[in-house]
Amino acid sequence: MHDAIKFIQGNEVCVEAALYAGINFFAGYPITPSTEIAEQMAVRLPETGGKFIQMEDEISSMCAIIGASLTGHKTMTATSGPGFSLMQEALGYAIMAEIPCVIVNVMRGGPSTGLPTHVGQGDVCQARYGTHGDHAIVTLTASNHHDIFRMTIEAFNIAETYRTPVILLLDEVTGHLREKIEIPEPGKIPLTKRLRTAVKSGVDYHPYLPREDGRLPMSDFGDIHRYNVTGLYHDMWGFPTDKPQIVYGLIRHLVDKIENNTPKITRFRKYYTKDAETLFISYGASARSTLHLVENRRRRGENVGLLELQSLWPFPADIVREACQHVPLVIVVEMNMGQITKEVKLAVDDPKKVFLANRIDGVLITPTDIRNTLRVIQGKGV
Amino acid sequence: MALKDYIRQRFFPHIWCPGCGHGIILNGLLRAVDTMGLDKKNIVMVSGIGCSARISGYVDFHSLHTLHGRALAFATGVKLSKPELNVIVPMGDGDALAIGGNHFIHAARRNIEMTAIVMNNRVYGMTGGQFSPLSGYGTMATTVPYGNIDHDFDVVDLATSAGATFVARTSTYHVHELAELITKAINHKGFSVLEVLTQCPTYFGRRNRIGDASEMMEVYKKNTVRIGSKKKQENPDLLERGIFVQKELPEYCREYDNIISKARQK
Ligand SMILES: Cc1ncc(C[n+]2csc(CCOP(=O)(O)OP(=O)(O)O)c2C)c(N)n1
Ligand code: SF4
Ligand SMILES: [Mg+2]
Repeated sequence: MHDAIKFIQGNEVCVEAALYAGINFFAGYPITPSTEIAEQMAVRLPETGGKFIQMEDEISSMCAIIGASLTGHKTMTATSGPGFSLMQEALGYAIMAEIPCVIVNVMRGGPSTGLPTHVGQGDVCQARYGTHGDHAIVTLTASNHHDIFRMTIEAFNIAETYRTPVILLLDEVTGHLREKIEIPEPGKIPLTKRLRTAVKSGVDYHPYLPREDGRLPMSDFGDIHRYNVTGLYHDMWGFPTDKPQIVYGLIRHLVDKIENNTPKITRFRKYYTKDAETLFISYGASARSTLHLVENRRRRGENVGLLELQSLWPFPADIVREACQHVPLVIVVEMNMGQITKEVKLAVDDPKKVFLANRIDGVLITPTDIRNTLRVIQGKGV
Repeated sequence: MALKDYIRQRFFPHIWCPGCGHGIILNGLLRAVDTMGLDKKNIVMVSGIGCSARISGYVDFHSLHTLHGRALAFATGVKLSKPELNVIVPMGDGDALAIGGNHFIHAARRNIEMTAIVMNNRVYGMTGGQFSPLSGYGTMATTVPYGNIDHDFDVVDLATSAGATFVARTSTYHVHELAELITKAINHKGFSVLEVLTQCPTYFGRRNRIGDASEMMEVYKKNTVRIGSKKKQENPDLLERGIFVQKELPEYCREYDNIISKARQK
């Protein structure tokens, strides 16, 4: 078998990748610019014996994928800003109850109904902080079809590895863009299977007792072990408790299992960074424009480089600090008012050298926009 | 099996107040499951948040204690992804019909096979006695200190018009009928709704001066009649108990299996 070459939308790439990763349950509610994911899932999932359901809203979509994950399935939902807001309570539930699942947010302009058909990257902080209470979260992103395919699969793999929901932040531009994609033949990209318990029937199974490596083997609903799942603080059986030591232990576990594995979860690409005197940091559609500019400037002999982030949360502070260390000028390119810029400023030794190049008007930031910002910073005038 | 074998004794004592009707419903449910001879391994109990919702933690089935109002949405994911499981969803009246009202009507409309048991105590017990969409005009609760001006839903009418294919009502006074109706509801091949009138002596009983648990149950005895009883013609204010709807319509999970066959033939 050969890798199949297709010419499709980014949203469809996400669907193909989810199928490659072994998805067998999708619940969703239509919303621009993510709708093609639901539509394509409705076509493709039953072909593989999987299930697609259009729920009554995004709240129930998120709840349904959690329920379906507990019966042992790989599950996903897809939405955009307003729907992502509705999912926040259940997202917190998936964090607390440690349920693997994938949530795709194809970002549009916000707040509120905002700009349904235009691009934005304003949900980066919502992905991190949108649900209430202290918690850690994994968020991946991508700027091109090849990476949408890889990051979607990574999202499923990370969800299974850490028993956690994973957010995949795409945007209107990458989601709707049509370009070529090679779908790798099955087996080429490694997939993480669900870790299931080896505890035998009749022996006490502790669904919420982490192993030494921090992982928690699961047991499917309908299988031999019957246990309780709750969004309340719970003990190793999953039963509600408010005992301070258990509460403390659980919140630490929930945060540490992600934060302590930041190096393993982090994904990025570096372009011409070795001798860069100006370093751009970007992600998603913004990174496409930035890369275009960087390649252009390189041809003219300017020492510019790009660090493209493919994982935004947990924030890869070490990678960013290291990449910025010997660079006098750092420019973060994003289509919001500096949500990742703030993180970069916190990560580097000298925050004063970090600037933002952005567009917040629903239009894709262009290489010229970025170049103009660069010239202003350099005092050259536009 | 002895009823205690269906219980997670490790997790007792329960949180319910003395006299709370929720325990009677738990008892009825376990007797139903026992009579039906269901395998515990094939039962998933999904509940939301409320005093009623805590029922799922006490039973030795697979149990999913979720978010306030969202139990049916979680349950839909469980059932559709593994249709061989029996899914039972105990719900508070606020849980089912205020915050969860939309999920309730849509689950009914879809006719997905599961059993919703609405444990109707006409009050928000867990949060300390606020009115619910089932409290009714003129009742007293902490958030209607001058009397309730909100009108209530009729669970049976609502479930029926939303498309539920099995709809029934009983009360905690009628314990044999309770177990019998739960059995029928679980056996039904479609979305089944059972409303159980149940007492919250702590809040509804006290605020509305109905009395203690036994006096509240006495009211269920006096104010309800079997469907079709002559007494109802004499006194239209009596509330009917029994099965209001029981019909066969295509069930969602089975329908989806047909979708899979169609998609594969393509
Ligand atoms: C989103 C959300 N809103 C509000 C609450 C608070 N809350 C918990 S239980 C409950 C009402 C419970 O009443 P009911 O569903 O009738 O169950 P009961 O306790 O009477 O059995 C409320 C409002 C919550 N947990 N979550
Ligand atoms: S508050 Fe009411 S519903 Fe809650 S346990 Fe007490 S009696 Fe039951
Ligand atoms: Mg209630």
